[in-house]
Amino acid sequence: MFVNFFLELKKAKVPVTLREYLTLLEAMKQGMAEYEVEKFYYLSRAALVKDEKNFDKFDRVFGQVFKGLEGSGEAVVEIPEEWLRKLAEKTLSEEEKALIQSLGGWEKLMETLKKRLEEQKGRHQGGNKWIGTAGTSPFGAYGYNPEGVRIGQDKSRNRRAVKVWDKREYKNLDDDVVLGTRNIKVALRRLRQLIRQGEADELDLPETIRSTADNAGWIDIVMRPQRRNKVKVLLFLDIGGSMDDHVRACEELFSAARGELKHLEHFYFHNCLYEKVWKDNRRRYTETTPTWQVLHTYGHDYRVVFVGDATMSPYEIVYPGGSVEHWNEEAGQVWLQRVTQIYQKAIWLNPVPEQHWQYTPSVQIVRQIMGERMYPLTLEGLTGAMRELAR
Amino acid sequence: MRFQGTDSYVATDDLMVAVNAAITLQRPLLVKGEPGTGKTMLAFEIARALGKPLLQWHIKSTTKAQQGLYEYDAVSRLRDSQLGDERVKDIRNYIARGKLWEAFGADGSVVLLIDEVDKADIEFPNDLLLELDRMEFHVYETQETVKAKHRPIVIITSNNEKELPDAFLRRCFFHYIRFPDRDTMQRIVAVHHPDIQKTLVREALNVFYELREVPGLKKKPSTSELLDWIKLLMAEDIPPEALRAKDQKVVIPPLAGALLKNEQDVHLFERLAFLAKRERGN
Repeated sequence: MFVNFFLELKKAKVPVTLREYLTLLEAMKQGMAEYEVEKFYYLSRAALVKDEKNFDKFDRVFGQVFKGLEGSGEAVVEIPEEWLRKLAEKTLSEEEKALIQSLGGWEKLMETLKKRLEEQKGRHQGGNKWIGTAGTSPFGAYGYNPEGVRIGQDKSRNRRAVKVWDKREYKNLDDDVVLGTRNIKVALRRLRQLIRQGEADELDLPETIRSTADNAGWIDIVMRPQRRNKVKVLLFLDIGGSMDDHVRACEELFSAARGELKHLEHFYFHNCLYEKVWKDNRRRYTETTPTWQVLHTYGHDYRVVFVGDATMSPYEIVYPGGSVEHWNEEAGQVWLQRVTQIYQKAIWLNPVPEQHWQYTPSVQIVRQIMGERMYPLTLEGLTGAMRELAR
Repeated sequence: MRFQGTDSYVATDDLMVAVNAAITLQRPLLVKGEPGTGKTMLAFEIARALGKPLLQWHIKSTTKAQQGLYEYDAVSRLRDSQLGDERVKDIRNYIARGKLWEAFGADGSVVLLIDEVDKADIEFPNDLLLELDRMEFHVYETQETVKAKHRPIVIITSNNEKELPDAFLRRCFFHYIRFPDRDTMQRIVAVHHPDIQKTLVREALNVFYELREVPGLKKKPSTSELLDWIKLLMAEDIPPEALRAKDQKVVIPPLAGALLKNEQDVHLFERLAFLAKRERGN
């Protein structure tokens, strides 16, 4: 009964186990679902899914299994229309805007796109009408139409594009990658700075013995507070674009950091630090935090760790307005310098292998700003970085 | 024995299914959700609806799993032995029962609330696996096994500050209390303040949801804050029009202190409101 459902859930990487499946069956036997689809849905969700971050996956599988709906095999992504429009207004020249008008403006463009998505059945490449890859239709990836809307192209084609004219599907850094985090954890452990604080709830044996002796043999218990990890860390993670290749490495770091440190705050940025950062990558356009606020909120005793490949066009660091996605009033280097001034202990971790650094000018610039404190994201690099931070 | 919500607690369908499944199968129910959405209240209401006593175990960062079972006070026994107290001969005199023991030993089944389990040490849930699973534990000092007479209904709440171990999760039912939508919210308000004017509720909800949309708030106002605020509005007898006057000179909703609990948030909101006002001025 429902074996298929169970297996599909497993396949969709929802962490379900046999035990939970049996619990569900037991509940079914007791008549908990009352033979209603909705109740069954709630019941199976309560029994099988133990974290709200998996609800979405579960919903999709449930829909597939019980309604016979097809999952979208080819990755067709929904495009946040507003964002495209906003970006276009900011970055397009007047001629380009006129070109868009030629197809009937944005609403029309999006509408046509939707219609064609419905018409189209399979994968498509070339040609000039269907959505696919490498064509001249405005819809699809790797194309040359200035109106192009990018669909399902999951890697940046050209790393050093000055203006990336592509919709990027950013990934929210999941911290559930456990594999391989062990090594990182061990390295991070170096950061632990143990200080006794809080309630005196631990027996201080040597002190008790001495005190009892002083007391002529009458027991005199001496307690002391436990040792706790006092290190506070601010983590800035680069996301999207050229970092796509390194997302896995970053996920592992993030996951390890979560388990190892008590005071950990993370923020995302894109390519270089500017006046805004964000906490949840899915809502990065609506819920941003001004970088000033971050600098004011977290005291100078925080250690700062940047994680990014620092691979970009040098303009993005050196000039105001160099950012690929928005107009930044102040250059990225100004922001980086601010951070290094406020926080004495700041380092940059770079997932790109160290021997490639010298070929990318932007890496050199960032490294210089960070006062040479850039480390590769290897066990050795991490150890070095943590030693620097723990000093 | 079915939980249907109570006259002071609005339970959604999914919540009822989860609660009833946990009651019927006698498994713990893990409840997560935004702060202030009624996680702790749920245990109170279940106890009230089913007419069972409620035992509360509030977890702090220093709480150990053993404290929920029992504590052996070796220190006072040692002291007593030096003073030649008679009590010292029976070790049972120095064993203090914890909340779990109380729940296991109760004559009828009880509701046991383990509140904010994520506050404790990361190993805490692991240390309770067997106890919650079989509802029994062993007391080493007296060599006896305490077994639940009636399996208690266990409600565990978490604020998501720490990941809980998988082995622990496997043994629980799980429910995530979503932030209520407008209709549910209206029902919740009606349950708490039945005599409130309709218009006031509507305007208050408008202001409330707008406030939740403000980006960058450290702590978004939640259900419990809304209920407090409405109580205040009623006590101060503020007319609905005062809330609607958003496009006038008034920028901050009256008594906003009940909704925004953080100085930075109030400041941020004032600044945004000021900007909005200036824009309208142009």
